[in-house]
Amino acid sequence: MTTRIERHHYDVVVIGAGGAGLRAAIEARLAGKRTAIISKSLFGKAHTVMAEGGAAAAMGNVNSRDNWQVHFRDTMRGGKFLNNFRMAELHAKESPQRIWELETYGALFDRTKDGKISQRNFGGHEYPRLAHVGDRTGLELIRTLQQKIVSLQQEDKKAHGDYEARIKVFAETTITELLLDGDRVAGAFGYYRESGEFVLFEAPAVVLATGGVGRSYLVTSNSWEYTGDGHALALRAGATLINMEFLQFHPTGMVWPVSVKGILVTESVRGDGGVLKNSEGKRFMFNYVPDVFRKQYAETEEEADRWYTDPDNNRRPPELLPRDEVARAINAEVKAGRGTPAGGVYLDIASRLPAEEVRRRLPSMYHQFKELADVDITAEPMEVGPTCHYVMGGVEVDPDSGAAAGHVQGLFAAGEVSGGMHGSNRLGGNSLSDLLVFGRRAGGHASAYAEGLAARPKVAAADVEAAVDRALAPLEREGGENPYTLQQDLQAVMGDLVGIIRRKGELEESLVKLADLRDRVTRVAASGGRRYNPGWHLALDLRNMLVVSECTARAALEREESRGGHTREDFPTMAPQWRTVNLVCSLDGDKVRLEHKPLPRMRGELIQLFDRAELAKYLTEEELADFDALTAEAHAEEAAN
Amino acid sequence: MATQNAPGGTGKPGTARHFKVWRGDESGGELTDYQVQVNEGEVVLDVIHRLQATEAPDLACRWNCKAGKCGSCSMEINGMPRLGCMTRMSTFEENETVTITPLRTFPVIRDLVTDVSYNYEKARETPAFAPPTDLEPGDYRMQQVDVERSQEFRKCIECFLCQNTCHVVRDHEENKVAFSGPRYFIRAAELDMHPLDAKADRKEYAQASQGLGYCNITKCCTEVCPEHIKITDNAIIPMKERVVDRRYDPVVWLGSKIFRRGKQNEAVQGQTPRDPDELGSVHSHAGGSHEPEAEVGAERGVHWGRQVPHPTAPPLDSRGRLAISEFTFDKAAAPSPFGDDVTFPLPAEGLNYSHPDQPQAKD
Repeated sequence: MTTRIERHHYDVVVIGAGGAGLRAAIEARLAGKRTAIISKSLFGKAHTVMAEGGAAAAMGNVNSRDNWQVHFRDTMRGGKFLNNFRMAELHAKESPQRIWELETYGALFDRTKDGKISQRNFGGHEYPRLAHVGDRTGLELIRTLQQKIVSLQQEDKKAHGDYEARIKVFAETTITELLLDGDRVAGAFGYYRESGEFVLFEAPAVVLATGGVGRSYLVTSNSWEYTGDGHALALRAGATLINMEFLQFHPTGMVWPVSVKGILVTESVRGDGGVLKNSEGKRFMFNYVPDVFRKQYAETEEEADRWYTDPDNNRRPPELLPRDEVARAINAEVKAGRGTPAGGVYLDIASRLPAEEVRRRLPSMYHQFKELADVDITAEPMEVGPTCHYVMGGVEVDPDSGAAAGHVQGLFAAGEVSGGMHGSNRLGGNSLSDLLVFGRRAGGHASAYAEGLAARPKVAAADVEAAVDRALAPLEREGGENPYTLQQDLQAVMGDLVGIIRRKGELEESLVKLADLRDRVTRVAASGGRRYNPGWHLALDLRNMLVVSECTARAALEREESRGGHTREDFPTMAPQWRTVNLVCSLDGDKVRLEHKPLPRMRGELIQLFDRAELAKYLTEEELADFDALTAEAHAEEAAN
Repeated sequence: MATQNAPGGTGKPGTARHFKVWRGDESGGELTDYQVQVNEGEVVLDVIHRLQATEAPDLACRWNCKAGKCGSCSMEINGMPRLGCMTRMSTFEENETVTITPLRTFPVIRDLVTDVSYNYEKARETPAFAPPTDLEPGDYRMQQVDVERSQEFRKCIECFLCQNTCHVVRDHEENKVAFSGPRYFIRAAELDMHPLDAKADRKEYAQASQGLGYCNITKCCTEVCPEHIKITDNAIIPMKERVVDRRYDPVVWLGSKIFRRGKQNEAVQGQTPRDPDELGSVHSHAGGSHEPEAEVGAERGVHWGRQVPHPTAPPLDSRGRLAISEFTFDKAAAPSPFGDDVTFPLPAEGLNYSHPDQPQAKD
């Protein structure tokens, strides 16, 4: 077996070729830096293509009252005030420019009547705000950025005679280690999937844009790439992760048939009359209306059914409770043995509306299930259950530059791999604009950092050798653990014990099981050779999945409240004192260390965008007193002028 | 979790089905037989994943979204280029052997993974969007109806099934240098139809530098497109028709033979007469030859029950170009190669066939 290592020198290495990675790379190249893009898949296949709804940006094209302040408020509310306020502010202010910029790259969004970019309504957004292209906005975004990179390469070809003179895409390449010189990033080590050969990038600045962690769950809408690589690379390089307890689960993902497992069933199915039933055929949601919602929700099926045609004189059907309540109810039914054979419940629209009407109201749902699974939703109920969708937590970053916190320099992060922007819960549509805003910032600041270095950090030969050994270990081990079995076992632990509804005992049990799995992962073995060997690739990814899962489990055990994407059955409400705390994970040797860190305080002019009555739901007494003082001061100033 | 390994957790037992999967690399390989458990509701990609998790952990196969949105899991299933995630097992007979092979047009790397870099090279050769110089970001104004034409092509998920299917390159490695393929024809068409693209010569470029003329409209690309993009009808044909180069483009040339657009001197774009009675005889099977004997010979070979016309030059518009285009044509999509006025089945009494190598039967 050869240990030939290909070496490259770059100014900025961007790990990840989704929306955030490509936008960061464009910015680095525009800043004149030699830039490498590392893509785990082929160029243009990143998970960003799955985003359907749109990109939120307060352009005010459909409702001129929309502006960044309103978007900022919506984002903070959505995240239950746990967001890093500065990130939410930058995001709200800059996303319109980022969207308009895409048009100059060739993007074609749907239009309003007067020819501007059309914007659609979406949950949690006060005004129509999502720029969209039908239901394939993510594809448009990735293709546009991909094509912009090609156009930059064409410029370079004209100027230097080589497409890859200043920006190169390394497709199907996986980074396994970041290499440091002291506390500074010196490079990244990985392998080409195609050949199994190793590659070393020497670069002073690395941007992580590796997306999320969903593959640690069995039912997920995420692709195989989502193994938390960036999260784990950052931890091992000395950076910190925040908010890892917050995962977004969608209550109604398909659980059966297998061909569509994890795929989301849009909430509008329930909005249009779809009801949830258990295996006994009972419409069970009436048993799960919490007291606080009792007044707004119907108590009988008759009343609920009247709501669809007469919402003013009837209360809402309980199927339309907030996502976490619905997910909790489904979870409880399944655990009580009233679930479907595949472990979900039935979502029935077929018996509620005529087939023609279903097709008219839900055309893309109808076609998706017909084509992918041969399920006719107008004729039979769907089997649904909670599916893992997005991780709010991630690398703790400086809001303005995307520089990773902790004791490492030259490391930046953007997109789903970074944490803070979305607080405890992300609003639909805020992900695509997040990628663009913070991708650009991370790329720009990584370039500036590389520019400002007096001397380049050096990669130590011993570190490279260690990385080679670690990468080859699973291939050289005889009769070790099967990587696929390990992944299934990990998914079982996370799904059963660190899923959508969490309990103290189960979380403690999960930590024991994760420790056991961690031990087994050190014995993982892959058969076959180095060329395009998915078993080997998975064996290497497992290490990342495991450490990130442990962060999630530890943080979930620590946070004794329910907020956004973290629901504790034993602490079912939000606790204001927990809002002031971020849980920060770091690595101490190979142990995960968890610390409390106070949330940055919102600037006065930003907090004053909110009503006192709303703030009272989130803030502690002391914070409210501060707010009142601020308001009084503002009034006094006004009076003085 | 025990349910996980059970067949889909449904309790219904799966059945063992026979698969042949090509295993190997650039130095060679062979179809390997597998008996795999197939459960209700599964697609071919599920079966490949089961193989990986059980007896073939190193089976190489690309995939990402498993929802028909990323275009990674392109493969040939029983000889048909398809996405593995969108090919349901229920579309095969219970006892049917399912044969899975890599895309034939691209060099194999390992098992089902091929080297698709040809496509990325062609992407780089296709000139990028040229933004209008007089508009600032945020000032772009376009009408929905105008962006929709290009949006159809932007649905492309780059699965490269069209590239793989196109016979211009499928078994003709030598054509890859000059031929960009359907994926990049729709890219050129998309930019050509972009309301604000500042580059005016997309069509000419496609003809001169992308090898558009090699395409002879067999529509195979359209047939395999998982996004149902009308590649041939909405991109290639309009591109060809508007870049008339009668000498070098066999299709336009053939079109000029088959589809008469009225009499040459009264042809006006947008007013193409299509009434066969008005045109008189309309159909020719003589291929390239204008000789009267050729027409007679052709008629003897296949007789369509109608008169054979005299060849005429196609009508041209005021700029000296052919008037055929999607917008002026009176039918959706492309004309029938048999003439749009021919309906099938033809009356049996009017049909005959004579083999070219056999002596002519006397009428």
